[in-house]
Amino acid sequence: MDKAMYAIEVENLTKIYGKGDSAVTALADASIQVKPGELVAILGPSGSGKTTLLTCIGLINEPTHGKVVIDGTTVADGGWHGGIDLKRMRREKLGFIFQAHNLIPFLTARENVMVALEINNFSRNEAKARAAELLVSLNLGHRLNNYPSALSGGEAQRVAIARALANKPKVILADEPTAALDTENGRNVMILLKKLAMENHSAILVVTHDHRMVEGFDRIFHVSDGRIDTEKYNSES
Amino acid sequence: MNLALRDIRYHRGRFILTSIGLGLLLGVVISMGGIYRGLFADALAVLDSTKADIWVVQQNTNGPFAESSRIPEDIKYRIKLVPGVAEASPLSFQTIQIEKMGKPFRFFLIGYDTNGFGGPPEIVAGRNIRQKHYEMVVAKAMKMDIGEKIHLGLHDYTVVGITGKVVSSGGDPAAYVSLADAQDIQFKKDNDAIRNDRERIGTNLAAIQSISPSQAKYLKQNIAGITESTHTVNTIVARLAPGANLHEVQELISRWNHFRPISVEEQTKILTKGMIEKARMQLGLFRIILLVISAVIIALIIYTSTLDKIRVIATLKLIGSQNRVIIGMILQQSLLMGFIAYFIGYGLILLTYENFPRRIVLEAFDLQVLFVIVIAICTISSFVGIRKALKVEPAEALGG
Ligand SMILES: Nc1ncnc2c1ncn2[C@@H]1O[C@H](COP(=O)(O)OP(=O)(O)O)[C@@H](O)[C@H]1O
Ligand SMILES: [Mg+2]
Repeated sequence: MDKAMYAIEVENLTKIYGKGDSAVTALADASIQVKPGELVAILGPSGSGKTTLLTCIGLINEPTHGKVVIDGTTVADGGWHGGIDLKRMRREKLGFIFQAHNLIPFLTARENVMVALEINNFSRNEAKARAAELLVSLNLGHRLNNYPSALSGGEAQRVAIARALANKPKVILADEPTAALDTENGRNVMILLKKLAMENHSAILVVTHDHRMVEGFDRIFHVSDGRIDTEKYNSES
Repeated sequence: MNLALRDIRYHRGRFILTSIGLGLLLGVVISMGGIYRGLFADALAVLDSTKADIWVVQQNTNGPFAESSRIPEDIKYRIKLVPGVAEASPLSFQTIQIEKMGKPFRFFLIGYDTNGFGGPPEIVAGRNIRQKHYEMVVAKAMKMDIGEKIHLGLHDYTVVGITGKVVSSGGDPAAYVSLADAQDIQFKKDNDAIRNDRERIGTNLAAIQSISPSQAKYLKQNIAGITESTHTVNTIVARLAPGANLHEVQELISRWNHFRPISVEEQTKILTKGMIEKARMQLGLFRIILLVISAVIIALIIYTSTLDKIRVIATLKLIGSQNRVIIGMILQQSLLMGFIAYFIGYGLILLTYENFPRRIVLEAFDLQVLFVIVIAICTISSFVGIRKALKVEPAEALGG
């Protein structure tokens, strides 16, 4: 099979929550393509449909209409594509980073990263080694055996990033990864994401409502009322 | 990496407390089973240790344990002569409650013919009864020392030996004395009563005009002799000769009309079906109730611990964990808790059962069945949590 041209392809994606009078169109006719290694930002006010877009791409939320293709595999085409194994796609192709770091409280930093590897059939020892290596590279070498409750916000978010990256996914989806952090830590997390996109050749889609955070992104989309309005190129791609 | 163990490690205090609580509950279930078995063992203790084939008692009674039975001691000679009977020996039973160091002290006094059988099944310390009178062998549970004296009836009795675990069907420890002593204790009147009776007999005879004073004196002696006689026993136990037919022997004794020959099998039925049936049912009911309570508690614990982990489960789903990872986490935790609780309960009873006021008999079969039930309860209970977990949407991990 040819290497897919795009890591993410979204065509005319519509998501309607609920039915009848109470139906909410969270996303209308959205289209977007992201190449491997690209760092893309989605900017928009609260309630504009950013999370909806991300969760539809992340195979957490079933699209109402439209098409989603991840790394060449059609996952949704007016609802989930027949026979698609969503969990498998999620664990093999996708990495998630969220505002609330979503670390598992009863696992240490290292074990949190190991989980993502072990569900992808890494042996225990491989997982252990790779998790440590990743955390060290994110300056968390001294935190390997700490529980999330003992980590600062920035440290926890970096552990979450390590977990998302552990399996070298084609696509990394980040929903407001800096919202819970101060400006300094937020900026550091963004710099880290940029660096990782380059190194791993992953497509990174970052949702944020803070435009100060998106310096140096390849492309920025603005979303309002469920529509993707403008696409602004920061640099050539 | 085992998520169940990691979670337990992180919440170990809670897990240990829960397991101990559950363990105590299972300990009670185990002890109830032990008491249930102990009831049997106690009820049959004297029956078993006597090793007789036939218990001859007063006719129309279920004696000597379930009902009172009184028969003349000398019937033993007739029974010995019945074809097929090898040995016959008289026994007397009575429950005695006296005060010892200000506390009620209950025991079951067995009188036996020191030349016959039915005496202490074993001597663990001291010696058996050798003198005709005033010696006593007591069960260990009476907590008496050799040489200790106890006042019964009109005399002091000295403990000369200790026997093992013999108890009455009510669970009171047994003590053995010679038959003559037992009869004295049970039937002998004190001097005041004897004097009163003799006087009454004398006055009654004097009132009869037609007998001479010399006849009256003779009659008075005779009548007093009969009323003061203590040659009564509760049962005569018999052993069959090799090859003798139980039913034939029973048939022969029944023909005398005044006695009922009860086989060991019938006696066992009288003791277990009749005497301890209610207690047995009560205990069975309690065990079932406690098991249901345990099941509900386990299910609740598993369910709430699943609810506590909704976000963890959602996160695991979000990163694409297979269902088996999530099911395994819940099921293993549940099984581990049941497993640990079972052994806490078991260990607890093992350490303490000797000190229970009633006999606890732990049977491997009962313990195995309970173990299987506990594991089944844990498995079924975890389905409640697993069902909940499988319904969790990965999107639930997103809520800020
Ligand atoms: N599960 C849901 N059910 C109903 N409406 C929803 C749901 N999730 C989001 N919405 C609605 O969809 C719109 C877009 O929400 P969202 O994608 O979360 O926006 P953003 O992430 O940009 O804040 C909002 O109006 C929100 O109320
Ligand atoms: Mg959002």
